[in-house]
Amino acid sequence: MTGLLRRPEVGALVAAFGIFLYFSISTSAFLTPAGVATWLYSSSLFGIMAVAVALLMIGGEFDLSAGAMTGTTGLIVGIATTQWGLNVWLALVLALAAALLVGAFNAWLVTSTALPSFIVTLATFFILQGLNLAVTKLLTGTVAIQGLGAVTGFDQARVLFGSSFPLFGMDVKISIVWWILLTALATWVLLRTRFGNWVFAVGGQAASSRQVGVPVRRVKFGLFLTTAGAAWLVGMLQLFDVSTVQATTGIGQEFVYIICAVVGGCLLTGGFGSAIGAALGALIYGMALQGIVFAQWDSNWLKAFLGGMLLLAVLVNLGVRRQAGDRS
Amino acid sequence: MTAAEPLGAADARTPLLEVRGLGKSYGSVRALSGVTASIGAGEVLCVLGDNGAGKSTLIKVLAGAHGHTEGTLLAHGIEQHFASPRDALSRGIATVYQDLALVPLLPVWRNFFLGAEETVGHGPFRRLAVAAMRATTRDSLVTLGITLRDVDQPIGTLSGGERQAVAIARAVHFGAELVILDEPTSALGVTQAGLVLRYIARARDRGLGIVFITHNPHHAWAVGDRFLVLRHGTSLGEFARDGITLDALTGLMAGGEELDALGPLLGRPASAGDAL
Repeated sequence: MTGLLRRPEVGALVAAFGIFLYFSISTSAFLTPAGVATWLYSSSLFGIMAVAVALLMIGGEFDLSAGAMTGTTGLIVGIATTQWGLNVWLALVLALAAALLVGAFNAWLVTSTALPSFIVTLATFFILQGLNLAVTKLLTGTVAIQGLGAVTGFDQARVLFGSSFPLFGMDVKISIVWWILLTALATWVLLRTRFGNWVFAVGGQAASSRQVGVPVRRVKFGLFLTTAGAAWLVGMLQLFDVSTVQATTGIGQEFVYIICAVVGGCLLTGGFGSAIGAALGALIYGMALQGIVFAQWDSNWLKAFLGGMLLLAVLVNLGVRRQAGDRS
Repeated sequence: MTAAEPLGAADARTPLLEVRGLGKSYGSVRALSGVTASIGAGEVLCVLGDNGAGKSTLIKVLAGAHGHTEGTLLAHGIEQHFASPRDALSRGIATVYQDLALVPLLPVWRNFFLGAEETVGHGPFRRLAVAAMRATTRDSLVTLGITLRDVDQPIGTLSGGERQAVAIARAVHFGAELVILDEPTSALGVTQAGLVLRYIARARDRGLGIVFITHNPHHAWAVGDRFLVLRHGTSLGEFARDGITLDALTGLMAGGEELDALGPLLGRPASAGDAL
């Protein structure tokens, strides 16, 4: 196969183009500046997480707690500022520290017990889901935190996480910039740094990597912390966009991230994939999510579409693995 | 049994590695004893023996994984007691194990440099020296007689023999003067095994010392300068190529008299079955 076709993200690129064309032609709202800004924003929130989750998956692990963690970080900032009167920036740091702690906990459990990360993070997912609801209710009496707009310092932090700027007639949200920057950074790290080389190696064959001196444990810690950091960022982007946060935020999205990564060419077994692919996977999801709304279909079609995409991607990826990996 | 022949390729150079009366005991279990052999640059020493003959113990001692408990081990004429594989590596002795320590989905050049990647730039701009590593990989493989169309292909797409060669080339690139090959041909078919033997000969011609562990006397005979035969944990002697024949070697290794005794029981001549 040629160099181009060997890239993991080629399938996603073709699919993204097809979906873009379909909704552009079949709906009138999809290609308007407002329409484009909408699906790009939607894609960006999934995309940031999908890129981080893709790195982790290339490194051979899963993180099912990533979705709930976006809610946890938002809730921490919400409670710390509105209930305890904490400075917004301190609250941001507190939330980041909490997310990294959960990430480190996941990494520690996975690397020291050799249990599948699927099970370990499934457990932390449920713990976080429960805590998000129970603790929020306990402290505020409700399951949603509002009134963040009145908190001092909120507007400054909003510049980083909730602002937007005009471009080509669109109202472009800052999260789209974060998404593009992080995808570029992740791609560079994966393909052009030692750490990136180790991520592929650790996910592809941990035993061999250890034999040639790759610090397997450190790599996995780095990956889980990256996912946690991304969950914090997405939590902040959502929080500062709408100034409210629900205790159920992020629940159910952990699988969307994984699906985006797989649609983008990541193997479920690790060792292969790309950050750009995951970003394209998120773009496909975002376009379908909003396109179905624009087309005024029943939104339940989205799930069926998602399942179909996943199946297709897994079948394509299977061919990749047959070609290269299973010969040894 | 006859003692080792005087060194065939007699020259003034000190052997890369020499062992005299080498032995290894694990507690009260004596796994290996009485091994005397030497290996110089551009030579292939074949270590022959059946399963359980002590081959893996010998590898572990030479590779530095386990220290020896009897005899002496000299690297470049200086007595050594390896405490770790790193120790052996620093004396130019590298071991290529059967699993090769490769990552199938990773491109050839990334495998070649895995764990010892070359970088350029500083601080946050420190990055892989991709072009240099690609070129080095390509050149190292060419010296072993392999021309890959594309060093970016996943190493899993290479044949078993080619992967073995990548592992050898990697060891040499990172400073090995003597490479211990642990049964490099045993998991391969006839064609691939032949390929590996060609790479071994090629590496030998480039001045590398090679310890070739095998249980196949035909493979050993194809490339060996000297033959060390092990049985039941002891050395049956080190033989120069002109001091022994293939038949004698085969007989010695398999325990000829044991096979002779078995002959009548087996009842028929060897059939034309699977030739692996």
